[in-house]
Amino acid sequence: MPKDSVAGTGIGASTKRREDVRFLTGNGNYTDDINIHGQAYVHFLRSDVAHGRIISIDTSAAAAMPGVVKVFTGKDFEGVGSIPCGWQVTDRHGEVMKEPAHPVLAQGKVRHVGDPIAAVVADSLAEARDAAEAIVFDIEELPAAVNMKAALEPGAPKVHDDLSDNLCYDWGFVEENKGAVDEAIRNAAHVTTLELVNNRLVANPMEPRVAVGDWNKSSDDYTLYTTSQNPHVIRLLMGAFVLGIPEHKLRVVAPDVGGGFGTKIFHYAEEAFCTFAAKACKRPVKWTSTRSEAFMSDAHGRDHVTKIELALDKDNNFTAIRTETYANMGAYLSTFAPSVPTWLHGTLMAGNYKTPNIYVNVKAVFTNTVPVDAYRGAGRPEATYQLERVIDMAARELGVDPIALRRQNFITEFPYATPVAVEYDTGDYPATMDKLEEIADLAGFAARRAESVAKGKLRGLGVNCYIEACGIAPSNLVGQLGARAGLYESATVRVNATGSISVMTGSHSHGQGHETAFPQVVAEMLGIDASMIDIVHGDTGRGPMGMGTYGSRSLAVGGSAMVRATEKIINKAKKIAAHLMEASDSDIELKDGKFTVAGTDKSVAWGDVTLAAYVPHNYPLEDIEPGLEETAFYDPSNFTYPSGAYCCEVELDPETGKVTIERFSAADDFGNIVNPMIVSGQVHGGIAQGVGQALLENCAYDENGQLLSASYMDYAMPRATDVPFYTVDHSCQTPCTHNPLGVKGCGEAGAIGSPPAVINAVIDALNSGGHKVAHMDMPASPSRVWAAMQG
Amino acid sequence: MTKVAMTVNGKSVSREVEGRTLLVQFLRDDLRLTGTHVGCDTSQCGACVVHVNGEAVKSCTMFAAEAEGASVTTIEAMANEDGSLNTVQQAFQDYHGLQCGFCTPGMVMSATALLKDNPKPTEQEIREYLEGNICRCTGYHNIIKAIMAASGQEIPAIAAE
Repeated sequence: MPKDSVAGTGIGASTKRREDVRFLTGNGNYTDDINIHGQAYVHFLRSDVAHGRIISIDTSAAAAMPGVVKVFTGKDFEGVGSIPCGWQVTDRHGEVMKEPAHPVLAQGKVRHVGDPIAAVVADSLAEARDAAEAIVFDIEELPAAVNMKAALEPGAPKVHDDLSDNLCYDWGFVEENKGAVDEAIRNAAHVTTLELVNNRLVANPMEPRVAVGDWNKSSDDYTLYTTSQNPHVIRLLMGAFVLGIPEHKLRVVAPDVGGGFGTKIFHYAEEAFCTFAAKACKRPVKWTSTRSEAFMSDAHGRDHVTKIELALDKDNNFTAIRTETYANMGAYLSTFAPSVPTWLHGTLMAGNYKTPNIYVNVKAVFTNTVPVDAYRGAGRPEATYQLERVIDMAARELGVDPIALRRQNFITEFPYATPVAVEYDTGDYPATMDKLEEIADLAGFAARRAESVAKGKLRGLGVNCYIEACGIAPSNLVGQLGARAGLYESATVRVNATGSISVMTGSHSHGQGHETAFPQVVAEMLGIDASMIDIVHGDTGRGPMGMGTYGSRSLAVGGSAMVRATEKIINKAKKIAAHLMEASDSDIELKDGKFTVAGTDKSVAWGDVTLAAYVPHNYPLEDIEPGLEETAFYDPSNFTYPSGAYCCEVELDPETGKVTIERFSAADDFGNIVNPMIVSGQVHGGIAQGVGQALLENCAYDENGQLLSASYMDYAMPRATDVPFYTVDHSCQTPCTHNPLGVKGCGEAGAIGSPPAVINAVIDALNSGGHKVAHMDMPASPSRVWAAMQG
Repeated sequence: MTKVAMTVNGKSVSREVEGRTLLVQFLRDDLRLTGTHVGCDTSQCGACVVHVNGEAVKSCTMFAAEAEGASVTTIEAMANEDGSLNTVQQAFQDYHGLQCGFCTPGMVMSATALLKDNPKPTEQEIREYLEGNICRCTGYHNIIKAIMAASGQEIPAIAAE
């Protein structure tokens, strides 16, 4: 059994997850499980070319097919808004980014494989698919912009005809530092230069996206059921910017959601389509993505091409970092796409190290590919990978120990203001590295390498650190940086007459276990059992405004809102208790679910107070209102900064180039922890995704923009045989200083920290066998490794 | 339309369906047994695993008509008679072997079939058996632990946390 570090159901207990029971018995309620009486089904006809001009679309034959309700094309959406982008980046010359229109269905041109051309709504899915085959269309195929650098060359095919070129923005950060950085690099004793690719990935939550639109003809209200990490954000984006439906007429429900990893943050055309079509067809309209469709319509992740230079003085102190990155936006700007390579990436380039001069340049590029946006870590894995790879490379060039080089340059005093505009509140990087050396048994590595060599294999060790900025984000700050929304979170704590509690939160759980962990916090504060508390989430009709779950923000921001609302509950409940016991408010103490008058044996139970709130016969009505329900909005004053040190040990078969992960260890500092079992699970899953990026996964396009990896036959997902048992530890805890729980967030760490550890280990293995390989791009597939060994 | 009849979770059922109806569509759309999931369209992910005549089958790879006369068991029938979780289900909860829950029904059905054939599988045997079940959340660590525990075996020390 998982060990319980703390008894009971409060903070620190590895409480078993209550949501598991419905998932284990087939009683989950995912969006595709929702069927509304009379619903019709939509099938999207999608472009099979990367770039083309729509000459004609004839839907008359399709419309006459059996079961067809209506066939839609881009013309039907001419009066409808563009799918909006939620973040406006300003470039290094003070100009705002280029922001092309993104129609619900293609208008004039198709711009990537998968761009929807038309949509057939029919009585059954099979009839919709059959009818889509009967649509006659003529698309003039155009040359495609695929490679980012080529797309910026003069004369390159333009993704958007109304833009001057394919450059979305040219961002410099911090622009004023550029001169000092250039000078520090000129004066350095040593400069290590690394060019690398952060490979394009597909998030691949196991549940494909689904949308069910419904329209109520008597009230003119809409309901959208959708696979979203943030239903309120979808209500805002779709209601206000695309369809023009005010909030009180639009309810968005995201029930059980089968994983998100970022790609279910964004507002997608299919959501707007189903909502719009429900009214147009006067029937509920359901869309269920196939996996093949998901590969060409879910926003992809990563896809950066970077050159990084690390300058060191004669004593191996880091003196400067300069980077130049090309970041793929794909064909349209997805919801948060512009923020990922900029504010979620550039601000992290200091990592765990005191480098005085840093300059980051990012050129965001439109291409004829699927839009690229946040995927688990979002910008922070890209920053960590380049930094931790270039440090390892520098250590190898200089002939020094890579761990010692890191330790020498660690930030050790907090708070620490980086040269890239963020202030780390707490951390203890030597402590996490110490813990890593212990749990990874680095002392035993030499013996394990000897065993591998005796078997004819190579063995490599890779270590790295990471830092991330989580708990996204202070609204006033992100507003200055271009965010078009606030990034607070809300909670309503509704105490019922019998003392049971419903907590309405704007955070959304799609695997993170909020239904179990959030009640632990409230139970701890009130001294009652967590089983009396339920979490309500994922429904704009049942909770206040919320911003959702991404950026490891749920507990740090959503949990903090819940703490603030619970504090208000306690304050009011104490007033009621004081009245019942004829005592002063200030003398009331709440402990173990009981209110007592300090220094006396007088007490009233939790349930007595909650009953009095709703049956106020003996109640201070002249001072306070009946009822016991409070709402709080929490807006963080800073990001949180989880950090850690990771270690990967690989064995490499020189005959085949195949790399196997033999050991993987992670020492994380997440600040305070509510449910250790859930935290470990989050790290495990993140590591597997990072290992997937490093060894297996690659979203590949050919030079014509044809998507080559559009199913699980071609896109290598990590399977049980690809990963080992992991050793994870989160006993190093430097609590966050600015949120009430002292928590930092743990959702993305594994995916951020693991890719450089794997590649560092692969490079170490190769060099241990006499192969002078300085770098290898991900994924380190057998063919790439084998080719590298041939020189 | 074709009439198909089979036993599902101990109950006789029959429906008129199109010949192209897959078993998973029959279970989800015709019988409203939505615990069986569809995670891909190439028979790779295993979210749709059910038992057909006691054998683990990806229900997206066979037509409903091919299950004519068969006995089909889905995740909805796996709990104990009193409604409590069975040994495999309970181990998944105890060891946090699921997060979003979407792959979970397939994992439980595959694990059950494995333990029927091989009551004390090694870690490697479990990993190899689960080749056809993809999980994106757990990194497999706690799934392997849960299955080892369900088979009454000790968990390796390296997997303690």
